[in-house]
Amino acid sequence: MSSELRELYQSVILDHNKQPRNFRKPESANCSAEGSNPLCGDRVTVYLEVKDGVIADAGFQGSGCAISTASASLMTQAIKGQPIEAVEKLFEGFHTMVTSDPRREPESEALGKLSVFAGVREFPMRIKCATLAWHAMREAIHQSGGTVSTE
Amino acid sequence: MSAPNRAATESHVPFDPERARRDFPILQRSDSEKPLVFLDSAASAQKPQQVIDAISACYSHDYANIHRGVYELSARATAMFEGVRDTARRFLSAAESREIVFVRNTTEAINLVASSYGRTHVGEGDEVLITEMEHHSNIVPWQILCDQVGAELRVAPIDDRGALRMDEFERLVGPRTRIVAVAHVSNALGTVNPVARISRLAHSVGAVVVVDGAQAVPHQPVDVQELDCDFYAFSGHKIFGPSGVGVLYGRASILSQMPPYQGGGMMIQTVTFEKTTYEDIPHRFEAGTPDIAGVAGLGAAMDYLTDLGLESIARYEAELLVYATEALGKVPGLRLIGTAPNKVSVLSFVLEGVHPHDVGTILDQKGVAVRTGNHCAMPVMAHFDVPATVRASLALYNTRSDVDALVDALMEVREIFG
Repeated sequence: MSSELRELYQSVILDHNKQPRNFRKPESANCSAEGSNPLCGDRVTVYLEVKDGVIADAGFQGSGCAISTASASLMTQAIKGQPIEAVEKLFEGFHTMVTSDPRREPESEALGKLSVFAGVREFPMRIKCATLAWHAMREAIHQSGGTVSTE
Repeated sequence: MSAPNRAATESHVPFDPERARRDFPILQRSDSEKPLVFLDSAASAQKPQQVIDAISACYSHDYANIHRGVYELSARATAMFEGVRDTARRFLSAAESREIVFVRNTTEAINLVASSYGRTHVGEGDEVLITEMEHHSNIVPWQILCDQVGAELRVAPIDDRGALRMDEFERLVGPRTRIVAVAHVSNALGTVNPVARISRLAHSVGAVVVVDGAQAVPHQPVDVQELDCDFYAFSGHKIFGPSGVGVLYGRASILSQMPPYQGGGMMIQTVTFEKTTYEDIPHRFEAGTPDIAGVAGLGAAMDYLTDLGLESIARYEAELLVYATEALGKVPGLRLIGTAPNKVSVLSFVLEGVHPHDVGTILDQKGVAVRTGNHCAMPVMAHFDVPATVRASLALYNTRSDVDALVDALMEVREIFG
């Protein structure tokens, strides 16, 4: 297997693909948004319970490739219990990492487990897969009236 | 642009894929790169040197606008352009070259028929009949037409092998059917439809038959008189020619009664602000300066296929399809989508537990280029209850070793995903 492929399909990603966490619609969810990528047929709906400016619960449903499924799964874990401002920072950090120059060291210290997606940088066609759930999550926060900057 | 007589070249010449491969510069990648295993010709085929040279020669030596200048160069370009029209007539075994309209691609050809013929012949309560296996380009133009005129779009279903249910199709052809639009070959499944039989059924109720031939022409000889269809469309880029140019065949008796599709230069006889009179067919449907060098390339592509012999190509690809079907059958958890008894060398499949998009990325790392997605045929995906498939489409330049490379790469997918 090539080193690029090993970087992309790390065991954490394969594990979250096989057994996605928070793969459910939380009963307490008060906002949701769907993301879809018509090119490959990926479709994900992100459900959030936003309470007092904090993501109290998060879940997702849908079908997609390993990258988009694992990304949605790890994202819900990462944002649960976080204030919206911190989630926004996480979004920016994640987005910057997966779209950065693959020849440089990825800036992923603040991202924790999410840094497994740095391998996506070598595969420009797959960046959309990795960010699909994140964009849906942001849209859901918007709907809840949360203050998210779109810049 | 003289093509050799088909009967003389096609019956006895065995097809040599290795020799054909040498005509395609992209398949000769240098040692520093991974060799290309190109299995996506159903999306767009690679180009032989003959086509590349024809386009280059047109621009280098023979280029001017057509049907305009009195000078020699323009006359030469015009003769080339009209010569390719006759090549296309022979390529489709049409009766007359005025039945050949140059368009951008199959999509434009179908839109032309839907707009020009459709709006003048389909009214409220009438029906347009298509099949469940159509490409979006043979669905959406008819949907738009039906919405505009208040007609109904009816859909003949496919069975679980991906073959058209002829019993259902027959039931759906009725007195209100005005247009029957079908793929000759399905892009997502490879299924070959019985067009001659479909034509008989459609004509028995006075409907016209529009055939999307985009996926058929690279694989087998096409005779529009034998098929007895009224319109037949294909794209240059799928038969190893350039993109941006395609052909619409239309039966002269029908085409000559149709109003223009687009207005502009070249399609008129006289213009005053009060009234314009239109050119005869085919020029009535060719408004504006066409892709002149593209037509030169298309002519070279048709000559190339005729020289190789489409009968021989069809025989070779049929053998390759059998080999590939058997080889893929050995990959654990692989399910073929599209197993109709009559099909061309297109293999759509899903791998249990692995999304097609992941399969595509891993295959690409091994130099194997396949298409993954819904193949612009979402209803087909819905029928088989899959979000997408992997599609390997084999063309005349593919060999058993390409198939072996595909299978090896699929084994690596299994290794990664377990």
